Amino acid sequence: MQTNRDTSIAHLDPSSLPTIEAIEAPSSHTVRGDRLGTAAWVAIAWIAFLALLAILAPVLPIPDPNQSFVALARKGPAAGHWFGGDAIGRDLLSRIIWGTRSSFIVGFGAVAFGLLIGGMLGLMTGFFRGKVDGFITPLMNVLLAIPQFVLALSLVTVLASGAGVNSTRRLAVVVLGLGIVSIPLLGRITRANTLAWSEREFVLAAKAMGAKNGRIMVREVLPNVMPAMLSISLLGVGIAIVAEGGLSLFGVGVQLPMPSWGNIIAEGRGQMRNSPHIVIFTSLILFLTVMALNFLGDAVNRRFGVRESVL
Amino acid sequence: MFILKKFGQLLVTVILVTLFASLLLELLPGDPTEVLIPSGSDQQREELRQELKLDQSFAVRYSTWLGNFATGDMGNYYTVSSDRPVSDRLWQSLPVSLLLMFYAQMLALFFAIPLGVITAYRKGTWLDRTSNTAAFAMLAIPNFALGFLLQYYLGVKLGWFKTSGYASPNESPIEHLQYMILPTITLAVGQIAIYMRLLRSDMIATLQQDFILMAKAKGLKSKRILFRHALRPSSLTLLTVAGLNIGTLIGGALIVEVVFALPGMGLMLFEAIGRRQIVAFQSMVAVIAILYILVNFAVDLLYTVLDPRIRNANKS
Repeated sequence: MQTNRDTSIAHLDPSSLPTIEAIEAPSSHTVRGDRLGTAAWVAIAWIAFLALLAILAPVLPIPDPNQSFVALARKGPAAGHWFGGDAIGRDLLSRIIWGTRSSFIVGFGAVAFGLLIGGMLGLMTGFFRGKVDGFITPLMNVLLAIPQFVLALSLVTVLASGAGVNSTRRLAVVVLGLGIVSIPLLGRITRANTLAWSEREFVLAAKAMGAKNGRIMVREVLPNVMPAMLSISLLGVGIAIVAEGGLSLFGVGVQLPMPSWGNIIAEGRGQMRNSPHIVIFTSLILFLTVMALNFLGDAVNRRFGVRESVL
Repeated sequence: MFILKKFGQLLVTVILVTLFASLLLELLPGDPTEVLIPSGSDQQREELRQELKLDQSFAVRYSTWLGNFATGDMGNYYTVSSDRPVSDRLWQSLPVSLLLMFYAQMLALFFAIPLGVITAYRKGTWLDRTSNTAAFAMLAIPNFALGFLLQYYLGVKLGWFKTSGYASPNESPIEHLQYMILPTITLAVGQIAIYMRLLRSDMIATLQQDFILMAKAKGLKSKRILFRHALRPSSLTLLTVAGLNIGTLIGGALIVEVVFALPGMGLMLFEAIGRRQIVAFQSMVAVIAILYILVNFAVDLLYTVLDPRIRNANKS
């Protein structure tokens, strides 16, 4: 099941490989047995901690993210305001916590959307092959023929250009845009894995016993394809959160005054000279989160890679 | 035959991508003229509607757009006072973006190749582990955040490099490099990590091959074995990854241009979005997508030349 040189040749067509696949697990660190490893648990704890903060944001003892304190404008960390204030004196910690909400909604939301549609299409095309595959896979390849960021930028720009687009609607547009971009990427990984697993003896056995296609797909194939999907999804969440920052830079990310990590950094760029802490603190949180997600994606890969070779 | 089939696929993809680009105006909620010239008079709107053929079917609109696009008419920047063609600026911006991507790619390979080779050779040592961790961190740094930090600390505070703007390489090559250094580094950091890690894992496999043992047995020096014998088969892997990376590279370049105010395609897109110039935006998206497809096509052909196995695999 390990990818060797022979199988990689079949994949050489550049339009058939996603760029995120290039970001591979650091395979030299082998984790024994079924353990994820301490570092992976630290990563899980970090993500869980942020998720908890995001959920509890309304009840946490932090100021309103849109409330301005005149004395706090462009000031670094101070008593009661651990992360200092932003350009117009809003509490940075509060904005980052509320920003975690939008950033996580964007990251997890977009990938969930992509996973639902892309995963289903990938499972179907990989399992049935033939006509279904011949019809859907070229369609996915068209989506892949446009650089991913450009595709996301196009979709979000156009969908968010109309009059009367408020913050909530814009958030939905960003999730949808990045979700559409992730469909072919997640779809292809699922398809490739489904193709491989559908060849296995237990699938043949299920067929021989007269199981219906739907049951085989969901009960036999899907559980085995899941680790690969999960691993790539974790990377995808990080990519989507960063991509939202890129969109914010172009002015079409999550819309102010609703904070997101991306738009806090994009807004803070003008303050680098006087108060670099805005960009530094927010970037640091973003960096740690992306690293944790990448690491988890890796850990899942390794954890199930080990078991795969045992089978 | 193989080339012909590939070329056919290329044509179909280009047509589908242009179809997508021209659909962007259709996806715009409400009246497009209201977005393009919000302060225009009714008469101006009517003229624009005529020009964009908004009163006709999408098929007509698309074929007109495609015809214009193919002949180099990329539409206009629409303002109330005057309309300026998009193509003028496009041909000035495109080389800036291409240069940035070229520099970043060169810089990334310059660091990644020796690092990848050495870490494969010294697999499991502290050097390998450190560079692996570093690569992992580099992959997680958002390019815009890195850009802002480099811009401020190396550019503004230390004053080593120019932080925003551009000079043409023909007029003042030195100034050109001063402007390009920081954007190039920003864009290259993630690429270094990707190339290094891939080269490393590929080289580890190569180093276990018999011909390496043979070379060792002949008494060749390690350096010669690594860079002459072992690196060569990995070049195909590097090419694969370089090909796959182009999409990410383009996206990164657009973002980095906005950070450093480099007048390339990214900055052009940024301005077009800010001024709601969707017609100009469409043309830029189409140009970028077509370039992307063409480069992928070139990489595809290059494999066929480099590795006959692929040619044969595609025949069967």
